[in-house]
Amino acid sequence: MQPILWLLLFGQVMAHVRGLNAGTGSYLDFLAPGILAQSVLFVAIFYGLSAIWERDLGVLHRYMVSPAPRSALVIGKALASSVRGISQSIVIYACAALMGVALSFSLINIAGVLAFIVLASALFSTFSLIIACIVKTRERFMGVGQFLTMPIFFASNAIYPLSIMPPWLRATVRLNPLSYQVDALRCLMLSAGKSEFGLGTDIGALAFGLVVMIFIATRMYPRLTQ
Amino acid sequence: MDALATREKAAQSALTAGAIVEARDLTRRFGALTAVDHISFSIAPGEVFALIGPNGAGKSTLMKMFTTLLPPTSGQAIIAGFDVAQQPQQVRSHIGYVPQVLSADGELTGYENMLLSARLYLIPAAERAGKVAAALAMMHLTDAKDRLVQTYSGGMARRLEIAQSTLHRPAVLFMDEPTVGLDPGGRRAVWEHVETLQREIGAAVVFSTHYMDEAEAVCDRLALISGGKVAAIGTPDELKARLGADASLDDVFTELTGARIASTGAVSRPPRPPQRRRRGRSWRRPATISPRCWRWPRPRSPSCATTRSSWSAGRCSRSSGCCCSAR
Repeated sequence: MQPILWLLLFGQVMAHVRGLNAGTGSYLDFLAPGILAQSVLFVAIFYGLSAIWERDLGVLHRYMVSPAPRSALVIGKALASSVRGISQSIVIYACAALMGVALSFSLINIAGVLAFIVLASALFSTFSLIIACIVKTRERFMGVGQFLTMPIFFASNAIYPLSIMPPWLRATVRLNPLSYQVDALRCLMLSAGKSEFGLGTDIGALAFGLVVMIFIATRMYPRLTQ
Repeated sequence: MDALATREKAAQSALTAGAIVEARDLTRRFGALTAVDHISFSIAPGEVFALIGPNGAGKSTLMKMFTTLLPPTSGQAIIAGFDVAQQPQQVRSHIGYVPQVLSADGELTGYENMLLSARLYLIPAAERAGKVAAALAMMHLTDAKDRLVQTYSGGMARRLEIAQSTLHRPAVLFMDEPTVGLDPGGRRAVWEHVETLQREIGAAVVFSTHYMDEAEAVCDRLALISGGKVAAIGTPDELKARLGADASLDDVFTELTGARIASTGAVSRPPRPPQRRRRGRSWRRPATISPRCWRWPRPRSPSCATTRSSWSAGRCSRSSGCCCSAR
């Protein structure tokens, strides 16, 4: 629901602001991949909550006592979150198509979009799991989650082009994994899409981030049951 | 009768032959609180061993260290020949664990839950179906295997969990208050099945409980834990003999834990604070109590009913072991 509001209300109005148009295409075209990335982020960033639930239910203890490798438990969680991310993208595709966004429906592009959604949701949900291991309670987790989503979202290229940002923000955006996801989605989702960073860089940055997150989470996860 | 004889023999050889579980000066501190304080004992292969003690005595912490969930602060725990701190992975493949809360997934069927456990316990794909079927049959759950677990009774869910955690034929099965919240029939069924299982796979069973009658009926030996130490250890008969001919295990418990309370001034659990307190006035929470101790609702026990005065006088501190055991 939230992403639809963003596209409908925010997108419609901002489309009329001069200077926001990035390259070719309408602002709505520019915005749609950003909103898809945002909705995937918002779902994934609260995914750590499920780990806290499992801990409170005692399920996590059972997993932790099993000889299954901790990394397998972490990767399993990340993939579960990816499945949710994919269902989000179906809704947003439908909505964007209705609003006349120039989407590309070639199979290769759609497969590419799915791959990036899987990668990014895995990354952000594993980040979320790390937060969960630190804060350990639902209340604190909700607070921290709210606190984190907005900076990640706004310090990215999701809703405005890099070209109009001040240099310090541009530098920050390059450090934000969300930017690479948005860049890749912009290239693959739109029929006239171009990548600013290059798809190879996007994959590399997200994969590197994911590996780092999984590495940290594997070490932190057992802390939840102590 | 035969099984009982072998178990007794196993218990006797605990100290001579290799113990399956051994704690050596096992200690765990949480800040200033010493939850488990230099505990040493050993359990023989195939023995049924009960851990008994008031809330906050350190049973759960002990259990967590044995099951590799919590690293010891000092001392050692050796399970099936492996050190829990140094070789947790090997320890995990030799133990089964049934947590206190019912943790099977209610939205899956019994069979699906079993398959999930088979994967978690790294059982090869070719053996999964056979082992799952055998375990379900042993727990008398074959007829219910395709029903969602949320339709199971408490006793059935518990049996399913036991089946889940023994699929890999562990050398030791740990159970944290396995019969809490079950009706008498369910409790009896759980213990009957544990006995069958123990006979079939020869695993030692280590469980914590508050039910004295249950411990007495089921276990070979038991350890009374109080204030993070072993207050007494032995067979139920040995412990009762200490107090005289017709003492019950309840008397032993009261005697040993009661003596401890009297000698240290500690209480097992703080009483409920006043429901409505006037802001900024006389009643204040003692500063030494950590906020995470405050979990309600908390079951009341007779042992804390009389300690209200020591509590409000601020004499109850974290080091006295009054904090909740869920940590």
